[in-house]
Amino acid sequence: MPVLKSNTLPIRSDADIVQVRQAVRNLAVELNFGLVDQTKVVTAASELARNTLDHGGGGSVLLETLQEGDRKGLCLTFEDTGPGIRDVEQAMRDGYTTGKGMGLGLGGAKRLTHEFFIHSEVGVGTKVTIIRWK
Amino acid sequence: MDRIPILRMGRFLLVSIQVDMHDRLALTLQDDLTARITETGARGVLIDISSLELVDSFIGRVIGTIASMARVLDAETVVVGMRPAVAITLVELGLALPGVRTALNVERGMKLLEAATGGKPEPEGTGDAGSEE
Repeated sequence: MPVLKSNTLPIRSDADIVQVRQAVRNLAVELNFGLVDQTKVVTAASELARNTLDHGGGGSVLLETLQEGDRKGLCLTFEDTGPGIRDVEQAMRDGYTTGKGMGLGLGGAKRLTHEFFIHSEVGVGTKVTIIRWK
Repeated sequence: MDRIPILRMGRFLLVSIQVDMHDRLALTLQDDLTARITETGARGVLIDISSLELVDSFIGRVIGTIASMARVLDAETVVVGMRPAVAITLVELGLALPGVRTALNVERGMKLLEAATGGKPEPEGTGDAGSEE
C-alpha cells in the first residue's frame, strides 16, 4: 500500500497525547475527512496514545497517510516496549481495565476505526495499528 | 494554561473548557471544582464543553467523577454544548456519561439547574431563612 506521507511522534507525557491528537486532527483535515470522521479517528488516537503511556510506559506513534486505489486513509501505529498484554482478548473487552481509565480504550478504538491490528508480547511490548479510510 | 477558570454566579459555579485538556489539567479541574463547591456552598455546577473537539474516555470519566462528587456535596451538575460529532463519537466509544445531566446550551442548562435546585442563581440571603422570591 503506497504511503504518501509519514511522521513519528514520541509519547512520553500527557502533553504528548495532546500533540498526537492535534497531529492526527491536522492529517484528517488534510485528507478531507468530515467532522464526525475526524472526531472518531482523533478520539481513537487519544485512547491508544494514553494506553501507550499508561500501560506501555511510553513509546511512539507512526502517522501515515495511505493511498489504495482511489481511496485515501490514515494509518496510525502505536508502539511501546512495555510489559505487554498477557490476554489480548480480555484486554479488548469493554470494562476491562488495569489502569485509571474506564476500560474502553482498545475496544473503543477498534469501534471508531475501520481496521485494527494488535500484536503484544509479554516482556517485549505492544503494537497497535488502526486505519480509518476516507 | 495550567488551570481552567471557575466562575461563581450566585449559587452556581460556571466552567467553560476552551482548551484541549491534557490529563493532568482535567484532574486539576476536578479537584478545584470540588474545593470550590465546598468553599462556596454552591448548589449547581454548569460545565460548558462547546469548545471541546473531543471527549475521550479519560475526559468522560473526569466529567462523571465531577458530577458524582458534586452530588455528594449536594450540588447538581449539568454539561452543556456538546458538539454533535463529539456526541456521536462518545456513544460509539461506549461512553454514555451515566449520571451526568446534559443540556444543549447554556440557557437550557441554567434552566435545568434552577429547576433542580429550586430557584434562580441569586445568592441566598444573608440569613439562612431562605427568603428567595
